[in-house]
Amino acid sequence: MSTPLLAVERLEKHFRTGRADLSGRKRGLLRAVDGVSFTLERGESLGLVGESGCGKSTTARTIIGLQKATAGSVRFDGVELTSLSRRGWQPYRRRMQMIFQDPYASLDPRQTVGSILTEPLTIHRVGKPRDRRLRALSLLDAVGLDPRHLFRYPHEFSGGQRQRIGIARALALEPELLLCDEPVSALDVSIQAQIVNLLKELQERFGLAYLFISHDLSIVRHLCPRVAVMYLGRIVESGPRASLYADPGHPYTQALLSAVPVPDPAREAERRRQVLGGDVPHPSAPPPGCAFHPRCPRLALEPPGAGATACRSEPPPLAERGADRRWSCHLV
Amino acid sequence: MSLLTVRDLVVRFDTHHGPVHAVDGVSFDLNEGETLGIVGESGSGKSVTSLAVLGLVPRPPGVIGTGSSIRFRGRELLGLETSELRRIRGAEISMIFQDPMTSLNPLLTVGRQLTEVLEVHRGTSRREARERSARGLGDVGIPGPEAALDSYPHELSGGMRQRVMIAMALLLEPAILFADEPTTALDVTIQAQILELMRDMQRRHGMSIVFITHDLGVVAGTTDRMLVLYAGRVAESASTRALFAQPAHPYTRGLLASVPTLNGDPDAPLSSIPGSPPLGGGGGEACAFAPRCPLVQARCRNEQPPLVAGRAEHVAACFEADFTEAAR
Ligand SMILES: Nc1ncnc2c1ncn2[C@@H]1O[C@H](COP(=O)(O)OP(=O)(O)OP(=O)(O)O)[C@@H](O)[C@H]1O
Ligand code: SF4
Ligand code: SF4
Ligand SMILES: [Mg+2]
Repeated sequence: MSTPLLAVERLEKHFRTGRADLSGRKRGLLRAVDGVSFTLERGESLGLVGESGCGKSTTARTIIGLQKATAGSVRFDGVELTSLSRRGWQPYRRRMQMIFQDPYASLDPRQTVGSILTEPLTIHRVGKPRDRRLRALSLLDAVGLDPRHLFRYPHEFSGGQRQRIGIARALALEPELLLCDEPVSALDVSIQAQIVNLLKELQERFGLAYLFISHDLSIVRHLCPRVAVMYLGRIVESGPRASLYADPGHPYTQALLSAVPVPDPAREAERRRQVLGGDVPHPSAPPPGCAFHPRCPRLALEPPGAGATACRSEPPPLAERGADRRWSCHLV
Repeated sequence: MSLLTVRDLVVRFDTHHGPVHAVDGVSFDLNEGETLGIVGESGSGKSVTSLAVLGLVPRPPGVIGTGSSIRFRGRELLGLETSELRRIRGAEISMIFQDPMTSLNPLLTVGRQLTEVLEVHRGTSRREARERSARGLGDVGIPGPEAALDSYPHELSGGMRQRVMIAMALLLEPAILFADEPTTALDVTIQAQILELMRDMQRRHGMSIVFITHDLGVVAGTTDRMLVLYAGRVAESASTRALFAQPAHPYTRGLLASVPTLNGDPDAPLSSIPGSPPLGGGGGEACAFAPRCPLVQARCRNEQPPLVAGRAEHVAACFEADFTEAAR
């Protein structure tokens, strides 16, 4: 088998929290990412789904080196990235890029679109100034913007157009991998669809691989043939989209799918919703055992016994369940 | 009977860049015990419409049209004394927002903020106010209401803060609750809890709700009737079922078709509306949707389409409105 484009193994990213406070309480440790593993092939896309604070963004930021991994391994095209020096990182910076949720915050308001798009080329000394300008034009074209926009500033654009500029900038260095962190969640519905279609089209055209982070299961379904669900720093379920959506194995995935509002009044009226109780726990104080146990409807139905005890004391492993499916649950 | 009657609501903001026609002639009725959804894209005037009803449009820069009328139980609210308006807002019409921190004071305990509402509006004694507040928190599913009374807003999770805000909004048993994107900032599973709670609260209190959201999935399961706004105007209004089954306006059709769903072919491109909504709100002598509309005609560019009635309280503002075609 060939080396995957990206192989993440037991990735951990922990943060120290709070001050060593006056009451003498110990400094906290927040396990934002707590043993995440997955692989991504060339040209493939993987959806990473979960609620706020579950560690989706930290996973992406650690992969791309914006944050240093606490433990674990990130291999890109077979090369370990976590131990690379700043210099050693250089060639890999070009090959993977990130797109963010807020297209406005990630664009410099004082730069024209032209200079935003040529900047990465200048930094990496790609081509002559003339080539760079031509490249900027072809990028604008690729993301569906008018060439005249080259001389405009970010504030002159709508949210959707700004996201197109962000995507064009990410494509400037011809990366192989795009890490997309909630790239459409700040956009209006009609614009969301445009950007999702654009991302799909660009993927086919340039053979890009995507790690697509989102809390929106319906959008992930349209972009990613493979999906991983995170809860409190860990992947609790992963698998091919068709079987995972049709027959989720982990009770958290089941609850997430059941919580998605359906844009159809007739179906909503007769739908049986499974509403989870409780809050998402804070990752600085994850519950012992299976981190999902205080909210778990499956455990609630389980009579006392060895299984129920395990839920409260042992973290379940992400076990293989055949047909490329995995989920982590003691009670099947 | 109509509890709230809004007619020809016009709200303009005079900004440095010129006037913004945030709301440009919106009319609607809200009946007793009904949930009305107001949907539309960012900047379409959803929030300003509700701020106007509550008398909260900042003036200046805001200007309310002289021909506008907002009647609550038959009584005109526009032009009321501030003190009288303040009484109505709170006791009769209350509001919850996307970000609970905009209506909760970070420096006061939850208990202080809740009891104050009762003391000011109802003259309730402090002890009784505390008891009723605790009951209110229990009703919205807050575990350990007594302890919650003594906590500060930042000590609660986002979902809990949203519950506190709902409890506060319901404390005086208002006739109308405006909910502006109450679940947009929440996680999927917490959103499901809050929507369930709102349905439950309405069953128990029988109030009318105006639910403002950009999420068509959320309105489908929570509202009886809908108003679709585009550039400060009503593009279409109908019962929620009719609107989803037979959208008459090309904008509504486009909007419904662009929502990604959990069924349908995941590999087919999503249908989308080209272009983007106008930045400066409405106004002007053309249909605001014309630059994006697949059915645009010459006259659409020179004339505002009036609201035309289809059947059974189904109206749409479009020269080409088609009340017979099924969705998708
Ligand atoms: N205080 C203000 N001063 C100037 N313009 C304003 C003010 N408040 C709102 N607007 C403008 O009024 C228009 C309608 O805004 P409104 O907040 O009602 O939109 P919305 O439909 O609620 O959008 P969103 O989905 O983003 O919440 C926008 O163009 C907005 O920029
Ligand atoms: S391991 Fe136990 S608590 Fe965890 S998801 Fe499975 S049944 Fe629920
Ligand atoms: S009036 Fe014309 S431009 Fe406006 S929505 Fe109807 S067909 Fe389209
Ligand atoms: Mg708003």
